[in-house]
Amino acid sequence: MIDTQAARVSVGGGLAGARAIINLRANNHDGPVTLVSEEALLPYDRPPLSKSALTEPEVSYPAWLLDTDIVRSLKAEMRLGTPVSGIDRINRTISLADGSQVAYAKLLLATGAKPRQLNCPGAEKALTLRDFQDAVVLKQRFAAGQRIVIIGGGFIGLELAAAASQRGCHVTLVEAQPRILMRGVPERIADIVRARHEAAGINILTGVGVNSLGEGTVVLANGTVLPADTVIAGVGAVPETRLAEAAGLAIDNGIACDETLRTSDPDIYAAGDCCSFLHQTYGRRLRLEAWRSAQEQAATAAENMLGGNKKHMAVPWFWSDQHDLSLQIAGMPELGPKTVERRPTLESLILFHVAESGQLMGASGIGPGNGIARDIKLAEMLMAKQASPDAAALADPAIQLKSLLKG
Amino acid sequence: MANWIDALGVEDVANEDVSRFDHQGRTFAIYRSPDDKYYATDGLCTHEKVHLADGLVMDNIIECPKHNGRFDYTNGKAMGAPVCINIKTYPVKVEGGKVFIDIA
Repeated sequence: MIDTQAARVSVGGGLAGARAIINLRANNHDGPVTLVSEEALLPYDRPPLSKSALTEPEVSYPAWLLDTDIVRSLKAEMRLGTPVSGIDRINRTISLADGSQVAYAKLLLATGAKPRQLNCPGAEKALTLRDFQDAVVLKQRFAAGQRIVIIGGGFIGLELAAAASQRGCHVTLVEAQPRILMRGVPERIADIVRARHEAAGINILTGVGVNSLGEGTVVLANGTVLPADTVIAGVGAVPETRLAEAAGLAIDNGIACDETLRTSDPDIYAAGDCCSFLHQTYGRRLRLEAWRSAQEQAATAAENMLGGNKKHMAVPWFWSDQHDLSLQIAGMPELGPKTVERRPTLESLILFHVAESGQLMGASGIGPGNGIARDIKLAEMLMAKQASPDAAALADPAIQLKSLLKG
Repeated sequence: MANWIDALGVEDVANEDVSRFDHQGRTFAIYRSPDDKYYATDGLCTHEKVHLADGLVMDNIIECPKHNGRFDYTNGKAMGAPVCINIKTYPVKVEGGKVFIDIA
């Protein structure tokens, strides 16, 4: 029998940590709730940091996920600006850097991820983006006429390139892989993204690595020297697992969790970027660095920290905004070797990724504004039902996907 | 004082769907429910100012196209994370094949 009066503690002040404490209360937990965060700020939303926080004229504070009124109504204790130094699993307490301890009955690790660092001479000269302070620094650098070199053609790099060019910077983006967005985005959609960036005047170099960073220069592997007032590395993120590792929890590309987001310790759960969990539908371990995944995992973890045994089965979904385009991907495109194309309008494209069996496994879409959002959402609902919709119907924009869902 | 505005024709919004209507710098979302009744709300999600008309209508729920916040468009009630603020609704009437909303 679970003691509903006993303390629940979340380590990590990002989206997953914040949503977890909201969900603990929403699930009627009335015992103590504590959120411990290394950052001194209340939890805030990170997606704007690579987008509107850089392009809007005045951004003096982040988009709060929890403000002081919400914290008060949640009766949550906030230990901000306080790194955790260790977890004592036997006595179920965590030690904080300020010397104090917090007892838990169930603990959530929502420690997120940190930017991967470049591995080349001069790597320390590159800026990275993770928190609000990083965005403040980048925004100061994004002044008109500045030469910005971005290393990495993934989502962060491309969103930063779009923001910098909107601010009037001269932007060059360098990607070592043969094309941008190699991981998880079909080539045809990556080509549309690239064309849009190039139309905005951004110089994209692919298939070339970085040799070193010098004083105001980036030296490429092919000998090219790019002048740079600012260099930014967007070469992926590494799950923050140090605490979990030190506590002896299982690690497998993140903090290893079962289908219910429980770690190898039954009193400790994980959610968000740091969490690597077994997804029953796909029969494999997933670690998702995505806003909605963090939010949904926090909800599952909170429920299970209160005695639930819910498996986390959500269909992965994420978005990226670059210039006037929005890209959305749902499901697991790599599990669908067959592609069905749908063109809702002349300017938008959706690719459905279908398994040999005919089951819909993924959908990737791109278009202006949020025009493709509805079809991607319906695709996600079809995937949640493990549906095998008729390919001709998927391809025909005159046929509403909603009708396939109801069929 | 009511201020009825001629917003759309009845066929400008499909059954169980939503259309956007802009008027004097304001934006609205106009819904047609599965039982062919019409409703109207503010056009932008209370969470991050995204146009709800790009979202998906299922039964009496509109889901925001970006962060999946959900509202019951018949009464404006926020239906869970990440939205917690209800959305404003407006009276609607249908006359002569036109949908009118009262934006007073």
